[in-house]
Amino acid sequence: MALETPQSEAIWVYTGWERHALVGSEVRLSCSFFSWRWLSDDVTFSWSYKPDNARSSISIFHYAGGQPYVDNKGPFRDRLEFVGNPQKRDGSILIRNLDYNDNGTFTCDAKNPPDIVGRPSSVKLLVFDKVPVRAGVITGAIIGSVLGLVILIVAIYFLMRFLVARRVLNLSVR
Amino acid sequence: MLLLLLGIVLLHIAALVLLCVSTIVSTWVETSGSTADLWLNCSTTNGGSHCDPANTSEWIQAVQATMILSVVFSVISLFLFFCQLFTLQKGGRFFLTGIFQILASLFVMSGVTIYTVKNADWVPEAASYGYAYILAWVAFPIALISGFIYIILRKRE
Repeated sequence: MALETPQSEAIWVYTGWERHALVGSEVRLSCSFFSWRWLSDDVTFSWSYKPDNARSSISIFHYAGGQPYVDNKGPFRDRLEFVGNPQKRDGSILIRNLDYNDNGTFTCDAKNPPDIVGRPSSVKLLVFDKVPVRAGVITGAIIGSVLGLVILIVAIYFLMRFLVARRVLNLSVR
Repeated sequence: MLLLLLGIVLLHIAALVLLCVSTIVSTWVETSGSTADLWLNCSTTNGGSHCDPANTSEWIQAVQATMILSVVFSVISLFLFFCQLFTLQKGGRFFLTGIFQILASLFVMSGVTIYTVKNADWVPEAASYGYAYILAWVAFPIALISGFIYIILRKRE
C-alpha cells in the first residue's frame, strides 16, 4: 500500500465586506470558511490589519493548535477578544473601544489542513462619529403620526356611520 | 345659561393661552444671564443678547412635539365646542369637545414630565425653572378641568 499525500483542495474564506461602527463602541468582525474536508485539529485562523494609508499589514490575531493568541503589543492590545468557535468554523474577533485610528482593512486567513489553498478575505472597517438627529425630524414625526391617527379614527367613525346607515336603509326598503 | 357658556369658553381660552405662551416664550429654565426653552438658548452677555438653536436631542424634540400637539388639540376642541353647540340635540353631552381637551391636557403633562426628567442632558446644573415652565404645569390642570366640564355638561336650550 503506497502512502498517499492527501490532495489539498481549495478553502473558501468568508468575512463581511464592510463594517460600520461608532467611535467608542465595539465591533465584531466575523470570519468563517468552507472546506470540503472535515474539520482538522490543526485548523488555524489569522487576522491581520492594514491601516487606511499604510502599505503593509500587521498580524493581530492567530489561532492554532486549539489556542487563540491575541495582540498584546500592537494597536489592539487589551481591546481584542476572540469570540469565535473554531468547532463551528467561526473565527470571529471582537474589537472594543473603537477609535478613528482603527479605520482600515482587516484580513482573515483560515486554513484547514490539508486544505490550505485559498484566498484570505478582507473586511473594511469604517468608524463613524455620532450621527446627530436633525432638528425637527422627531418633532415632525410625532406630530404627523398623532394627527394622522386622529384623522384615521375620524374617517373610520364616519365610514362606520355611513355603512350602518346604508344597512338600515337596505333593511327598511325590503 | 349664557353666563355659564361664557365662563366655560373663557376657561378654555385661558388654558389655550397658557399653552401657547409656554410653548412659544423662551424661559423654561434660567440661569444668571441666559434663558433656555424648547427652541432656543438665549444668553445676554455684556449688553447684547445672543440666541442659539436648541440642542437637537431626541427628547427635546419629543417635548416640542407634545406641546405643539396640545395647542393643536385645544384649538380643535374649541372649534368642536362651537360646532357641537349648534348641532347637538337638547340634553346631549359635549363628549368630543371634552375628549380633545383632555387629550390636550395629557399631551402637555407628558411633555412637561419628559422635560423635567430628561433635561439633565441639555440644561446646565445651576439652572432654575422659568415662568414658561410653570405656566405649562398650570395649563395642565386647567385644561383637564375644562375637559371634564365639557363631558359632564348637558346642552340646554
